[in-house]
Amino acid sequence: MNSAAWVDWIVAALMVGGAAFALVGSYGLAKLSDFYKRLHGPTKATTLGVGGVLLAACVFFISAGRGGTEQILVALFLFITAPVSAHLLVKAVLSLNAADRPPQPPDDGQGRP
Amino acid sequence: MSVVIQTGADIALAMLALAMLLCLFRLLRGPSMADRVLALDTLYINSLAGLMVAGVRLDDPTFFDAAIVIGLLGFIGTVAFAKYLLRGDIIE
Repeated sequence: MNSAAWVDWIVAALMVGGAAFALVGSYGLAKLSDFYKRLHGPTKATTLGVGGVLLAACVFFISAGRGGTEQILVALFLFITAPVSAHLLVKAVLSLNAADRPPQPPDDGQGRP
Repeated sequence: MSVVIQTGADIALAMLALAMLLCLFRLLRGPSMADRVLALDTLYINSLAGLMVAGVRLDDPTFFDAAIVIGLLGFIGTVAFAKYLLRGDIIE
């Protein structure tokens, strides 16, 4: 074991913190009442939590001297794709439940309100 | 492998397992189809984090290749489900 003790503490704190954020996001998914409210948990908290866990793995393998590029690759890919999939889901649900949306404000003859 | 990292990884694995159980609850319960798709999306993200923690815990970089594959296939699956919800068909 050649890495310093404080690197171990950083890795452990990042892992536990990231897992806590993922847990909070999943709890929000299970707890909240509406689909649009439920979407907040996974898209924000869980993405941040996975980012923390990936950063922990990256720090661990860099401090051990065995790469660390794969973790950065996974984190980058996830940060790009998670908002895209959430956006697609919201678009699908909005077009499915078009009747639930509030009516448009009346047009006052001056173009867009 | 120090005791600090081992303990932290065990705690993180327990928390991620609980998070995956909550996702499973929403997957089975979810009133609409979109809720189930969202639960599957969260489930694969949580399992990806679990694979990462397991890779650190067992000191084995092989887990990260599996994580990359899960990330790719999960995103494609979510996009396909969203397209199915939107159009009723995946390939037009």
